[in-house]
Amino acid sequence: MSDHDYRPKSKVGQWFNDRLPLLTLANHLTDYPTPKNLNYWWTFGGILTFCLITQIVTGLTLAMHYIAHADMAFESVEHIMRDVNYGWLIRYIHANGASMFFLAVYIHIFRSLFYGSYKSPREIIWILGIIIYLLMMAAAFMGYVLPWGQMSFWGATVITNLFSAIPLVGEGIVTWLWGGYSVDNPTLTRFFTLHYLIPFLILGLVVLHIWALHVPGNNNPVGIDIKKPSKDTVPFHPYIVIKDGFALLMFMIVFAFFVFYAPNILGHADNYIEANPMVTPAHIVPEWYLLPFYAILRSVPDKLLGVVAMLSAILILAVLPWLDTSKIRSAVFRPLYKQFYWILVADVLILGYVGAMPAEGLYLLIARVATAYYFLHFLVILPVLGFKEKTLPIPLSITEPVLGGSPNLATARNKESKIE
Amino acid sequence: MKNLYKFLSIIIIIIASNSYSFAAEKVEYLKTDWSFKGLFGKFDRASLQRGYQVYTEVCASCHSMKYLSYRNLAEQGGPEFSEAQAKAIAASFEVTDGPNSDGEMFTRPGKLSDKFVMPYENVKAAQAANGGAYPPDMSVLVKARGGGVDYIYSLLQGYEEAPVGVTLDDGVYYNKYMYGNKIRMAAPLSDGLVEYGDGTNATVEQMSKDVTTFLMWSAEPHLESRHQMGFKAIVYLIILTVLVYFSMKKIWSRVESEV
Repeated sequence: MSDHDYRPKSKVGQWFNDRLPLLTLANHLTDYPTPKNLNYWWTFGGILTFCLITQIVTGLTLAMHYIAHADMAFESVEHIMRDVNYGWLIRYIHANGASMFFLAVYIHIFRSLFYGSYKSPREIIWILGIIIYLLMMAAAFMGYVLPWGQMSFWGATVITNLFSAIPLVGEGIVTWLWGGYSVDNPTLTRFFTLHYLIPFLILGLVVLHIWALHVPGNNNPVGIDIKKPSKDTVPFHPYIVIKDGFALLMFMIVFAFFVFYAPNILGHADNYIEANPMVTPAHIVPEWYLLPFYAILRSVPDKLLGVVAMLSAILILAVLPWLDTSKIRSAVFRPLYKQFYWILVADVLILGYVGAMPAEGLYLLIARVATAYYFLHFLVILPVLGFKEKTLPIPLSITEPVLGGSPNLATARNKESKIE
Repeated sequence: MKNLYKFLSIIIIIIASNSYSFAAEKVEYLKTDWSFKGLFGKFDRASLQRGYQVYTEVCASCHSMKYLSYRNLAEQGGPEFSEAQAKAIAASFEVTDGPNSDGEMFTRPGKLSDKFVMPYENVKAAQAANGGAYPPDMSVLVKARGGGVDYIYSLLQGYEEAPVGVTLDDGVYYNKYMYGNKIRMAAPLSDGLVEYGDGTNATVEQMSKDVTTFLMWSAEPHLESRHQMGFKAIVYLIILTVLVYFSMKKIWSRVESEV
């Protein structure tokens, strides 16, 4: 790419850049050729970066006032809400920010699923993304424990107990995780430590995620390889910056609505009751963004197999690039996949719904069917579809929608020369 | 773009209905018009002051409010008692302080900086005095119950004769809004139980509304500034969004592509 030839204009700039090429990096980031047909589903990468920074900044501020001790955590949160200047604002941004973060990441993931962004040559970007998503879930879960309310305590008890399903060493691992024989102060302090650490791990992985993205460049709604830079692309700045900025502002309006007018609607009332090991809540439910996986966990009657199913449901995504055998990326040109895609979206929403309901009767039956379908989609439908599906003809380039292109640039070029 | 909105709104509706699903599973709560709901919602100052009276004369004999201080009563956005009134309220309570230079604990009249005095020394003492049931701390009670203010408001008025077939143990009462309908608290309110200084008729309904308003404030003492700031923030964001939209249109007009 041409940006490696970049030379700063000033002498000082050249001197600095020869020693640490930060200016080359800045130049690469501003000039980065981006497909000009990206739609608004592509703005969630920038939105997610905003979410991460927001969580880190508000989280640091909260950590200055929060006390990670089983006897004082709940009280220190109330101290933040009442006596710290704008403490209520910082805490509500942080708590709702987690939900907004997951809302954005789910849109980001499902965008990738629709447009085949996980396919060659972007497998590493995708796998890094799945690791980020896993770390996000860990951070969110541990963050939810910190206020030391009833749902914090019992959520921590339920989730850590999952490890006891591991044969032979399970019980030992759970004791080790707890730092005792039940969820207690040692659990809280280590969760706080990890909750503080993980966002910075995520930040590092986000850098790798973007680095890996900048090697092949963005996928696009048409899903074909494009020449970069070319008339199919625009420089990242100002075109994508302003567009991402516009989308981010729209997102912030929704965010602000939750923070200022419905700050507790996404949380559970029981978490305003201080943790009490002697009283179990009527329903123990995780936060909404973990509900689909919670539904999968509960739909399997065996504890160990339930845990395996839940973990597989996430890890199966990591091998998705090899499960999807279709050469065509974008669902726009895959009429059958498009339908299965929307069925999967519905399936995950249904799983989320039954995850919030008691695991009994009709709800349990629905959860089981939806769980089975979830795995069927990835393990059977996707591999078979790649061979069976009759795809629509795809265009050669974004600007010249001549049909007869190929998802692979080399073949596209060959065909192009043949046409000429 | 339109699809995006649709998708977002569907997701929000699903989330919202999920979090409400437990609260809505039983009876319909009694409704009243709360002044603090809505974009510009504010507390009814007089109702907060009456609500404090109900709390302190009725509820406080069993329920603590350990996260509130007497100074909060004079703060903006709350009952807004004058500082002199709040000082007088604080001074009417005996606060244990110490140890003094002799190593002895002593009692003194309360100050603005003191936390609300608790009716019992600890949870065990509270349970012992209430037949084993712990009267929950009321500081964040409204946020700790699924139905929120409507639930508390209804519960206070929900005492009835137990229907035929329901047997109640000693010290257990029937309340149609309570989870499982059985409650260890006797009906706390009766008409004319307190005498309001402003001449308002102290019906059970009126007292329920006043004390629930007070509990909403105690759970969310910064609700008013939250609503005010929220409105400004959202208006600001909308204006900025419109400006950025037109800038975006202008910048993208240089290339042949839709935004």
